[in-house]
Amino acid sequence: MSATGYAEGLAAPATGAHSAVRVDAYVEAPIRAFAIATVFWGVVGFLVGVVIASQLAWPLLNLDLEWTTFGRLRPVHTSAVIFAFGGNALLCTSLYVVQRTCRARLFGGDAMGWFLFWGYQFVIVAAALGYVLGVTQGKEYAEPEWYVDLWLTVVWVHYLVAFGGTIIRREEPHIYVANWFYLAFIITVAMLHIGNNLALPITMGHSKSYGLASGVQDAMIQWWYGHNAVGFFLTAGFLGMMYYFIPKQAERPVYSYRLSIVHFWSLIFLYIWAGPHHLHYTALPDWAQTLGMVFSIMLWMPSWGGMINGVMTLSGAWDKLRTNPALRFSVTAVGFYGMSTFEGPVMSIKAVNALSHYTDWTIGHVHSGAMGWVGFVTFGALYWLFPRLWNKQRIYSEKLISWHFWIATLGIVLYITAMWVSGILQGLMWRAYDENGFLQYSFIETVAAMHPYYVIRVMGGLLYLTGALIMVYNLWMTVTRGESEEAVAAPAPASAVSAAAA
Amino acid sequence: MKWFNHAVIEKNVILMGVLTLITVSIGGLAQIVPLFTVATTIERVEGVRPYTPLELMGRNIYVREGCYVCHSQMVRPFRDELERYGHFSLAAESMYDHPFQWGSKRSGPDLARVGGRYSDDWQAAHLRSPRAVVPESIMPPYAFLDRPLAYADIADHLKAQRAIGVPYSEEMIANARADLEAQARPEADPAAFQGRYARARQAAFDGNPGAITEMDAVVAYLQMLGTLVQFRDVTPEQMRQQ
Repeated sequence: MSATGYAEGLAAPATGAHSAVRVDAYVEAPIRAFAIATVFWGVVGFLVGVVIASQLAWPLLNLDLEWTTFGRLRPVHTSAVIFAFGGNALLCTSLYVVQRTCRARLFGGDAMGWFLFWGYQFVIVAAALGYVLGVTQGKEYAEPEWYVDLWLTVVWVHYLVAFGGTIIRREEPHIYVANWFYLAFIITVAMLHIGNNLALPITMGHSKSYGLASGVQDAMIQWWYGHNAVGFFLTAGFLGMMYYFIPKQAERPVYSYRLSIVHFWSLIFLYIWAGPHHLHYTALPDWAQTLGMVFSIMLWMPSWGGMINGVMTLSGAWDKLRTNPALRFSVTAVGFYGMSTFEGPVMSIKAVNALSHYTDWTIGHVHSGAMGWVGFVTFGALYWLFPRLWNKQRIYSEKLISWHFWIATLGIVLYITAMWVSGILQGLMWRAYDENGFLQYSFIETVAAMHPYYVIRVMGGLLYLTGALIMVYNLWMTVTRGESEEAVAAPAPASAVSAAAA
Repeated sequence: MKWFNHAVIEKNVILMGVLTLITVSIGGLAQIVPLFTVATTIERVEGVRPYTPLELMGRNIYVREGCYVCHSQMVRPFRDELERYGHFSLAAESMYDHPFQWGSKRSGPDLARVGGRYSDDWQAAHLRSPRAVVPESIMPPYAFLDRPLAYADIADHLKAQRAIGVPYSEEMIANARADLEAQARPEADPAAFQGRYARARQAAFDGNPGAITEMDAVVAYLQMLGTLVQFRDVTPEQMRQQ
């Protein structure tokens, strides 16, 4: 694919000569495409989330069709948010950051960038089509079947080569801290993906496969994978984002170099052990459950190490929170990160988990992480990236960023408080006894009691989606109407632009 | 700390990558490998057998429809769960489950021991229209399961399962199709089928003996869940895990 055509197609009319040189220096066109894909899949993921949340409140919305049941759409929502929105955000920012922090052009150039872009979008579409049609491995967050898994492995190995190759080419002596986290994310996700998806297709022409592990071993491998999809996809990768964009937005260096080192190595070491807290009181042997709980609690420390390093980077620049709404997103994200990485260890304590497991509390917990941390840090990065990727002076409207911020924050608050109440309420109802020593509630009574909270959750999700749509409008106006970085400079001849970019 | 300088790692991406891989490998190895090597991980109870061909197809539909996103199959050792669902689940009971379906959320009740709790008719009616049976239910309707079950490749399923360790015999694979049909037809001769699959029930699970449907398969699967181990015969010693 010709990068030139794509770049010209998306660039503002008055592309200056300066930007043509930049296109030549750093690979940018595929990164612009990743940025657009991040926004697009974000909206899709939030929308499907609102739909399935509504189905739990009003089951008629399952529409009596096999393709639109909650069971088939829920993986569409989780995959769209984690792997499509989150994954594109990580690819976008990591490829942008690694080039600039290494002062080196992307290894493999534009062709590599475009291969990663289209290869990854193909994974997303193939996986989502499979879910709707009922093709799934039946393992949470690892639903895609063997043929999609194989293709993702090919794309991921290229990603590692592109990222590592760029670092090897660097002109900076040190590898910047953001790249440690991106690198750990890429390596570990490769390990987890392969380990959890070892499967035997029924025949080579059959879309269905059976995983090699079964029962208790399969459960352990699944949650080794599943928890570290959170730990490395949604945490380490996004910490990489935090370590580049917060210092950039605050115009301050990272708070503590030493803290970066300590919390990096302890975080990646401890996270891997935390998986069994998803299997408390199950048929998983007790020794494994106890290990999972102990390491989950220890994980609190390196998590907060990252939070402190992010927030304290604002030392001496706190006033920017008042004047820079995009920075407000990034910093609030770190606040939500700190909150959910405190809540997580609490929920991993077996006595707490006995109540919280199987309830909406878990759903609320994961959404404070996904909406508050992953979502907000991505929004902050997107508001910073869009003007730079499209060579604009500024975001179209700072006021709309503020609107997005407050609407989305209100949405998160409604969402997670509703889930706290419904989760704890249902957990308590399940174990309630009447004065005669009988279970007080039938299961269906505890379902009926959830309805008001499910309605509140839908409202929270709608607000979050509304905020994202405001962002879409704002970014669209930035790209199409914004003033170019060098508005005074005369546009370069078209031939010069394409020559430089080719 | 003169003996250690992190800058060495920071200047060498290969070294950093290798050290990262080692660091992230330890926890997984420590937690996963023993589950394969410590024999007592799986309790020493009797009765667990591979799924019959019809149950296996029903289980695959359970996976296909994502039932696990709302229903767990893992009863925890608590008083309320004992009274609501029955004996806590054993690892042995899911030893042939590829994949495991323990679940993580109970938007609906646990199904680990749902087998035999309701009639076949109730299960089929409930799947077709949950709110016709339980007005407050939020479950989607699965009336579309009343369509013919595609099972031409059933022997391939059993062969693939055997290749990854499920003890299906040559005889079971050779008779996979016949066994599937026999289970869905109550009038079929039970001797051979039940000789291969202990405690398997034959019935027109969907209420219609004429056709073998996806509903037959799903109900056959639901009705055997949690019924294989006879807990009155199990001693605490047999259930002990290390």
